[in-house]
Amino acid sequence: MGSPVLTLIAQRVALGILLLFAVSVLIFAGTQILPGDVAQSILGQDATPEAVANLRQELGLNDPAYARYFHWLGGVLTGDLGSTLTTRQEIAKTLMPRLWNTLFLAFWAAIVAVPLAIVLGLLAVRYRNGWVDKLISGLALASTSLPEFFIGYLLILSFAVTQQWLPAISTVYDGMPFFDKLKAIVLPATALVLVVLAHMMRMTRAAILNVMQSAYIETAELKGLSASAVIRKHALPNAVAPIINVVMLNLAFLIVGVVVVEVIFVYPGMGQYLVDHVVKRDVPVVQAVGLVFAAIYIGLNIVADVAAILANPRLRHPK
Amino acid sequence: MMVKVRTKPRREPDILLDIRNLKVEATVYSPGEKPRDVTIVDGVSLLLKRGKVLGLIGESGAGKSTIGLSSMGYGRGGVRITGGEVFLNGRDILKGGVRDLRRVRGSEVCYVAQSAAAAFNPALRLMDQVVEAALLHGVGAKAEAEKRAVALFTKLRLPDPKSIGCRYPHQVSGGQLQRVMTAMALCSEPDLIVFDEPTTALDVTTQIDVLAAIKDAIRDTGVAALYITHDLAVVAQVSDEIMVLRDGKMVEHGETQQIIKAPRMDYTKALVSVRSIEHEEKGPTPKPLLSVEHVTAAYGGGAVKVLQDVSVNVQPGQTLAVVGESGSGKSTLARAITGLLPPVAGSITFADRTLTPKLADRSKDDLRQLQMIYQMADVALNPRQTVRTIIGRPLEFYFGMRGKERDARVTELLDEIEMSKGFIDRYPAELSGGQKQRVCIARALAAKPKLIICDEVTSALDPLVADGILKLLLRLQKIEDVAYLFISHDLATVKAIADSIAVIYRGEVVRYGSKTQVLTPPFDAYTDLLLSSVPEMEVGWLEHAIHGRRMESAGN
Repeated sequence: MGSPVLTLIAQRVALGILLLFAVSVLIFAGTQILPGDVAQSILGQDATPEAVANLRQELGLNDPAYARYFHWLGGVLTGDLGSTLTTRQEIAKTLMPRLWNTLFLAFWAAIVAVPLAIVLGLLAVRYRNGWVDKLISGLALASTSLPEFFIGYLLILSFAVTQQWLPAISTVYDGMPFFDKLKAIVLPATALVLVVLAHMMRMTRAAILNVMQSAYIETAELKGLSASAVIRKHALPNAVAPIINVVMLNLAFLIVGVVVVEVIFVYPGMGQYLVDHVVKRDVPVVQAVGLVFAAIYIGLNIVADVAAILANPRLRHPK
Repeated sequence: MMVKVRTKPRREPDILLDIRNLKVEATVYSPGEKPRDVTIVDGVSLLLKRGKVLGLIGESGAGKSTIGLSSMGYGRGGVRITGGEVFLNGRDILKGGVRDLRRVRGSEVCYVAQSAAAAFNPALRLMDQVVEAALLHGVGAKAEAEKRAVALFTKLRLPDPKSIGCRYPHQVSGGQLQRVMTAMALCSEPDLIVFDEPTTALDVTTQIDVLAAIKDAIRDTGVAALYITHDLAVVAQVSDEIMVLRDGKMVEHGETQQIIKAPRMDYTKALVSVRSIEHEEKGPTPKPLLSVEHVTAAYGGGAVKVLQDVSVNVQPGQTLAVVGESGSGKSTLARAITGLLPPVAGSITFADRTLTPKLADRSKDDLRQLQMIYQMADVALNPRQTVRTIIGRPLEFYFGMRGKERDARVTELLDEIEMSKGFIDRYPAELSGGQKQRVCIARALAAKPKLIICDEVTSALDPLVADGILKLLLRLQKIEDVAYLFISHDLATVKAIADSIAVIYRGEVVRYGSKTQVLTPPFDAYTDLLLSSVPEMEVGWLEHAIHGRRMESAGN
């Protein structure tokens, strides 16, 4: 492994960290310009101005914005995300189980969606412009065109209401047996798979078809390789970088974009947590969740970049 | 599962390939028209004996590659074999299905492509690609195939034959890659190899090495070959017989000696006598038009020096040819003169005034008097503009011509480049390669320049078309009294057009003077190599040239 690869990877990671700091500023600034006053909303409309002023003092809301930012950032860097305004609980403690639940759901959705999308993409290329290709593309397009809440309710209607095979509400709790947990998330995971599948499948198909124009594909065909061997051995390795990119983008969506699906299935994940606290104007929680989402998003993109660098033989094996 | 026992029916021991009445068609989809079928190859028959080499020659579009690929039952990019028979080892391969064809490809017939750099998979090591077909068709186990590959690397005179297979394609030079590709074709011990312009993309000095390696390999392994090229001098070195093709039909077929020494058909005669332009060298003039003095140019902020202390002059109304192989700095010289790459040191004087190093600082008149023509006429023309707009643009920009006045001048210019008024409303896509280059020339002339820099303007063209362009350039020089700085890697072209020559090698001028001076011995080692590497239409030239060489080429 030559040094140019290490330099490139180090650059990507450094840029990612820089980006994360920039995002933290944006999140902080964004939550500051939200309308409404936290102290007022905690105490309610009937609170006396003195009580509101006291609470503001107590919460540190009277300090200048930059001081509050650095105070918050310092806490984040030492693992202290602050405490919720409304219930005075430590955010880190309430957030972690939620994060695990979201990751659990995203993991199982990804385990199904990624291989399925790539295999379907390969099949579509193998039988390109034939009925198999058109069927795969058509179904994928249909599933991606339906909004996720619609898919969610459709799934609930078919598998929880009409046929009562699966629960309509995906309740999970600590100490729940593993298989019960799996059963609980079948419907939300299916909804997520249907949402991300088409994007990954179509990008896989496009990336490989692009490579199929290359002269070395003709070389492989003229060696007498079968069509599927040509795609698998010669086209796929050269289409890895764009495929990884779209896979990572969708993995990020599975974690960051699950809000709607979690709310529909009342799944105790990050999305639900975020929505609950936005309603309550609980700014520290919104900041913390936003930062976690940003970190995951940037992290996955760094992974995609690094994987694309490693997939390039010109960078892996310099002259 | 992949390993199959090789069975090669051999009914007629002597005849390997027998193509009868081949017809190949393709469907053309031009915008705004109904799809129509065009015939690419029409009724071509050929016979190839075991161990013999047949050269297929013709210009682009003659159907050479299509015929070569039909011996593998392959149609490139939607091309269909619609008629005729292809007997290989005594059976018609077009009769069987795809499975039968796959058994032929890579086992009985192998293919060597024009651009090995594009034909190798960039993601796989060379060795894996070289032995792939042999393993697929069960020609021995992996260890055995790799041993054979190393032996072939040695035979093809590749450096480091034991370990070169561990490299990736981008780690090996173009000339070496072309030889690895030949080894790949030979590795599955086929009966026939289709060589499709294997040396066309290489420098002359590299071409000769690859050509010699291919020739030795053919001789030693006894494989038969179809050798496809547009260069008659190249094909004369390797083939026993030559077939001349034009527009998908056979023009002439005969022994190599007969085709190059006593061609019967007019078209073959034209191909043989190509590049026989007689150009009388002009004498020196009191004052040069362009004077490049001690110019050093570099890329990457001075990190990579591409030109070192280059000094050359161009006389008014004359042609200076700059010759060298790829990477020698020829085009960088053009970029330095035009101001696209400001030189690190040195000065450039043009028509009695010193040019500013940067393009942005130059006056409109400086820009007008110094025009450029490029190698790829295709990409130098805006595909969405008509010929009228393309040639009219410099007339508007430099002379403020509008409407009828401009159109009249465009027609005049079209006349000068031997194209009729009917072309004025055509788009570049509706022109042939030669016509596009002519439009580029007209566009340069429209500015009434004193100097035109021609960067490999004939390299992408077929020999006969290139000849036409050279003749046109010479005629225009007489009429317009314009000077040319003619950049080329092709000495035959340079001989035809130059008044003085500068030979450039790794960024330095190694020989400079009038054409006669430069081309008269005694030569320096590099000029000698360059001159002796240009293929001559003479059977046995290759062996003679290899034997008499004094230095190795730089970039193979």
